[in-house]
Amino acid sequence: MSGQTVPADFSGHMLDLDEDEDLEVFSKNTSLADGSSMPNSPSSLVNQYRLEEDEEDQQYASTKDIFITVDNPESHVTAIETFIMYRVLTKTTRSEFDSSEYEVRRRYQDFLWLRGRLEENHPTLIVHPLPEKFVMKGMVERFNDDFIETRRKALHRFLNKISEHPILSCSPHFKVFLTAQELTSHKKQGPGFLSRMGETVRAVANSVRGLRSRPEEFVVMQEYVEDFSNKVSSVDKVTQRIIKEQREYVDELKQYSPTYIQWAGSEEMLAEPLKGVASCVERCGKETEDQIQHMSEVLVPALHEYVLCAETLKAVMRRRDNIQAEFEAKNEALASRKVDQEALQEEVDALADRVELANNALKGDWSRWQSSMRHDLRSAFISTAEKNVEYYEKCLAVWESFLLSQRVEPMEQRDGEDVS
Amino acid sequence: MAEDVKGGPVATDDDSEQLAAIASLSTSVEGSCTLLQRMEICVAEAEKRSGKNAVNMQETFTVYLIETRSMDAMADGRNPAPDSLWRRYSEFELLRSYLIVAYPYIVVPPLPEKRAEFVWHKLSADNMDPDFVERRRIGLENFLLRVASHRVLSNDKILYHFLTEEHSWKEVVYETGFQAKADSRLRALSATFRVRNTHKRLMDMKHYSDELQSHTSQLLRARARVADRLYGVFKVHGNYGRVFSEWSAIEREMGDGLQSAGHHMDAYAASIDDILEEEEHYADQLKEYLFYAEALRAVCRKHELTQFELEMASQDLVSKKQQREELATGIVRTFSFKGMTNKLFGQEAPEQREARLKLLEELIAEGEDTVKDKTVECEEHIERAWEDMERFEEQRDKDLREALINYAVMQISMCKKGIQVWNNAKECFLKM
Repeated sequence: MSGQTVPADFSGHMLDLDEDEDLEVFSKNTSLADGSSMPNSPSSLVNQYRLEEDEEDQQYASTKDIFITVDNPESHVTAIETFIMYRVLTKTTRSEFDSSEYEVRRRYQDFLWLRGRLEENHPTLIVHPLPEKFVMKGMVERFNDDFIETRRKALHRFLNKISEHPILSCSPHFKVFLTAQELTSHKKQGPGFLSRMGETVRAVANSVRGLRSRPEEFVVMQEYVEDFSNKVSSVDKVTQRIIKEQREYVDELKQYSPTYIQWAGSEEMLAEPLKGVASCVERCGKETEDQIQHMSEVLVPALHEYVLCAETLKAVMRRRDNIQAEFEAKNEALASRKVDQEALQEEVDALADRVELANNALKGDWSRWQSSMRHDLRSAFISTAEKNVEYYEKCLAVWESFLLSQRVEPMEQRDGEDVS
Repeated sequence: MAEDVKGGPVATDDDSEQLAAIASLSTSVEGSCTLLQRMEICVAEAEKRSGKNAVNMQETFTVYLIETRSMDAMADGRNPAPDSLWRRYSEFELLRSYLIVAYPYIVVPPLPEKRAEFVWHKLSADNMDPDFVERRRIGLENFLLRVASHRVLSNDKILYHFLTEEHSWKEVVYETGFQAKADSRLRALSATFRVRNTHKRLMDMKHYSDELQSHTSQLLRARARVADRLYGVFKVHGNYGRVFSEWSAIEREMGDGLQSAGHHMDAYAASIDDILEEEEHYADQLKEYLFYAEALRAVCRKHELTQFELEMASQDLVSKKQQREELATGIVRTFSFKGMTNKLFGQEAPEQREARLKLLEELIAEGEDTVKDKTVECEEHIERAWEDMERFEEQRDKDLREALINYAVMQISMCKKGIQVWNNAKECFLKM
């Protein structure tokens, strides 16, 4: 957001927005996007926000030259195992791609491979996390429909996040993943398992030695990552808890509405209003189930993704630290040894470059990640709030129509046969 | 000789005379207009008091201030201060017990519950809890208004004394001797099982009262559980408030939006307390009719009892007449102890027979009076009960319909609050 002053609380005005005004401003988007003359009316300020949200989308939209979808999960049975294959469909205008459309089938393991290679080649870039291998709580089966659908959506998001990343989307591995019919041959090439092993060993060795001093900005980043991880996990837990409480609430509502109907059975005049209330309670119960569904499909996955992101960030910070530690270790060795100075010096220089590259990569990616995080979580929260408003609006309508039916009745009674 | 008299104790002449006396003592001169039309009544306040109880132990209890004002005085333009006196819940109970005995054909309005029932998790079950006391105050006022606006009950003198004489009231009510006149539970229960001919309308009412009690208590139980769950949902949102606030501290651009959204979540979590407190008033309205079911059943039980007593008196009369016939003709039709002893020890002397016959005639005359009185009592009870039941049904339909409408209004209010909170939260999220 550009640095415009915003009145502290214009929520009172917000609720009176005229729909037509929105549309008008949208069509004149260019003038406002320049950040030129700021209009004074609160409603246009709101539109400013809406616009900027769309601006970010537009940034992606206008430069988006690759569209990827993950769908059509299919079960594959072999002699050894059973697994799910997903269809990955790519449409692109990028010149490095020979064709404009690709369709391949990939399994979860393939995604793991891709992510592993990306992390390996760009150790201090923030690579979006994949959905977890399996869900521990709830003992969900691997091939349960809900699980597969949740995973499919997460895999879809993963590929799209990669495609939006200015550096990662240019990775040859990414291209191979999207285009090669057979991935197995590509998987075997190049540094793979062994080098990863090597890195881990080195990482452990270096972390044992410890870090001299972390540059201030990375200290701040580290602290932020710790805090962010805690907060996002908390929000995730609170959300799960809310869903649990809502589900129990719905269960009780289901017991509650029949009691009105039972009572109606022994009443005459009261039967109709009693049944009316029963019906209202039932419909509100359904709306609550709807709301729970929405939360589970929108907010929970978004939060969960960023819980995983927090772990990714921690790993990135560790890798950066290790790169620095490696350089410092060699640098120390250089200072103490008298022989092989020239060769060592070359190594140290190379490591110093590596440190600088790593730091710059992280710094650059950091703000991109923050902005992306803000965008994603903001939109998930907004969607949830909108759904809650919709939920209450629907319940309101249900009860109001009951009231209306009750207000009409006495008039009909008074009129006797004359029902107007 | 009363060995041949079958059945349990029946109402003697003395009893019915005394009951009638109570009733006449109770009615005042103006019969047709209700007390409430002449007098403004309210239960204005509640206070805690301490004192020694019957076993000389210190106890804390609540007293309620009853204020009354004459309508005439108000109409004249004078604005006198209300008369007032303090009463405990137990005194209300005493008044009600009296009314039930004195007017057994009336569906006597119930008192608010003695102890908090259908309590959901966070609602206090403590009788001293201020919310409970407040709701009880309203319930006691409601009771007085209902009684004082009842065509029959409102003219009762004991009721008038209850409202106006703080100290001498208890003596006056005990003096009526109503407690002695109360039907024993055992007698009533026995009658329920042994009565043969009951009035259909009253029996239908009895079945209805069972259903009313069952349905309202199920509803109240389910409602309490729903309230409990809803409370949980709202309060967990308070956790959002806390976490958003903490999270906002580490964010730069998102901070303000998160912080203010958090405040709205706190407000949302806090709003449930008032919402559910208001819903307790709805529950109280339903509870009133749960307790009315018992009052209905009492009227039906009284019918069964009087009908049973009538049947017993009739049977007794029949058997006495049979005995007279046997004595007169010498033919023994039924087994009797006297008959056996006659057989074993020979017939009695003619003078003895004459004496017995005379006694029997007296008893038969008495018995016929009893049957006559009981028949009248029964018929009157049925007639009056029917009338009051119709009144009750009309009142019930009106009251409960209103209660359901109020419930809908409460739900609407809750929805509107929800819309507001989440719109506010959305605006905060937009600022993120």
